[in-house]
Amino acid sequence: MPAIPTTTSAPLAITGAAPPLTRLLSGVRRGALIPVATMTMVIIAVWYLACLPMNRDLPQLANVVGLADRYEVAWGLERPVLPAPHQIVAELYASTLGTALFRETADGFVLNPRNLLTHAWVTVSATLAGFAIGVMLGIVLAIAITEVEALRISLMPWIVASQTVPILAVAPIIIVALGSIGIVGLLPKAIISAYLSFFPVAIGMVKGFGSPEAMLLDLMRTYNASKAQIFLKLRWPASIPLLFASLKVSISISLVGAIVGELPTGAQAGIGARLLSGSYYGQTVQIWSALAIAAILASLLIAAVVLAERLTLNAMGARP
Amino acid sequence: MSSPAAIDIRNLSLTFATGDGPVYALDNASLTVDRGAFISFIGPSGCGKTTLLRVIADLEHPTSGNISVNGASPRQARLNRHYGYVFQAPALYPWRTVEANVTLPLEIFGLPSAERKARARAHLAMVNLSGFERKYPWQLSGGMQQRVSIARALSFEPELLLMDEPFGALDEIVRDRLNEQLLDLWARTGKTVVFVTHSIPEAVFLSTRIVVMSPRPGRIIDVIDCDLGPKRTLDIRESPEFLRIAHRVREGLRAGHSYDD
Repeated sequence: MPAIPTTTSAPLAITGAAPPLTRLLSGVRRGALIPVATMTMVIIAVWYLACLPMNRDLPQLANVVGLADRYEVAWGLERPVLPAPHQIVAELYASTLGTALFRETADGFVLNPRNLLTHAWVTVSATLAGFAIGVMLGIVLAIAITEVEALRISLMPWIVASQTVPILAVAPIIIVALGSIGIVGLLPKAIISAYLSFFPVAIGMVKGFGSPEAMLLDLMRTYNASKAQIFLKLRWPASIPLLFASLKVSISISLVGAIVGELPTGAQAGIGARLLSGSYYGQTVQIWSALAIAAILASLLIAAVVLAERLTLNAMGARP
Repeated sequence: MSSPAAIDIRNLSLTFATGDGPVYALDNASLTVDRGAFISFIGPSGCGKTTLLRVIADLEHPTSGNISVNGASPRQARLNRHYGYVFQAPALYPWRTVEANVTLPLEIFGLPSAERKARARAHLAMVNLSGFERKYPWQLSGGMQQRVSIARALSFEPELLLMDEPFGALDEIVRDRLNEQLLDLWARTGKTVVFVTHSIPEAVFLSTRIVVMSPRPGRIIDVIDCDLGPKRTLDIRESPEFLRIAHRVREGLRAGHSYDD
């Protein structure tokens, strides 16, 4: 017989203790830093070089001769076709940290619409609402498809067909239709967001709920387990890795859905509104900084899902 | 003596309909298993030994013939939780600790938490796994995982233990040790064990009766009594009695061989 470890020390020595938070948080694989940094520098260099050819038709450059002078002008244009990275960074700083986040009005302090973070928050709140609706809808559909044979046949084609409709065409219809019955603001955007984000969850969870191998299902049968017990004790926990894989796709398209939902609203608030007003007034730097903040938001949202995934799988005893 | 046999099988046949025509998995099998017996089904792959075990467990349904388990239908036996089933693989739930794997059937049967824990501790001790309650399956060796699955099958005290090549995936050294432990467990608990294997030494060492089967169609071609005494050790495999029974099993397998190779 193998030596039986004492209950105090040995079992904890192998795992038991949670991995340190730093390891849970570190997204970059060890050894990836230098390649990633190198590629980032290459992209930035190409970007700076491209600023002159992209902007050469602008009148500010018409009478400038000499390459160094032309680049100096190209990197500091007010409404460039392609702004230089540092212009975007400066605009980002000025419109976030450089602007008061709150503004005093008759109703007290409200979020300042001149601050980009105000728009980011408007978009994020619609994103999270749409994500929550979409995830719940996706899971409910997946349960229905898994548990009811008739629905597997009848529902699946509709779910797939729903995503063949271009969301850019559907979004204004939803906004106008809901607006006509008095529903405006966050909810219509959340619905557009959910329309996109339920899909990967539904597909992923159908696969996840069906993932337990025949032997594990036979085992439940020998215990005469009910359908509900099989679901809660086997299908649901077995599907968790696929749930998180789906959530990572779902959260990023939730953000896309929320931004798309802001485009037809007549440019009131949100990242989509900033994109639209930027293009109305030819404020390319504003467009790019809105795009940058959207990219930053998407990264943060995915990072949050990854952190939740690691904590959950760790709590479920996954091999580190 | 009046209690019914653990398993009674009469003229049992099972045919699977496949795209390539019917497959005769079991053909007119008859067998009686006494209470407390350790019975092995042995034969080449495709001889229906696993199918027969699955019919006993109500995981497959016979095409014709009769079968009773503990005097009732296999379905009734399953609903009454009369048997514990051990699969070819440990079939542990990776997100559950060793203890939570053993308590899984007890949760499904609705036992209170304290009793579940007590039973898990007792049955893990029975398979020499005390102290491993908090581990996850991946932290255990293959042999230890299979012992957890045996503890899980025993946790609700079924009268019958159905084992489908439980040690087939393990190396011979581990398998020998587990065979000794299983024999010891059987002697202590007095359960009826039905054991599927394709290893002749394993069958002869463990069993009180050996059922030799042959493929296409799956038939029982010999039933060999094999009582090597209660206190067997692995050394018995050198004895003339052991070799005589092993020879008869081998002869039976050869006679029933329907391969064309």
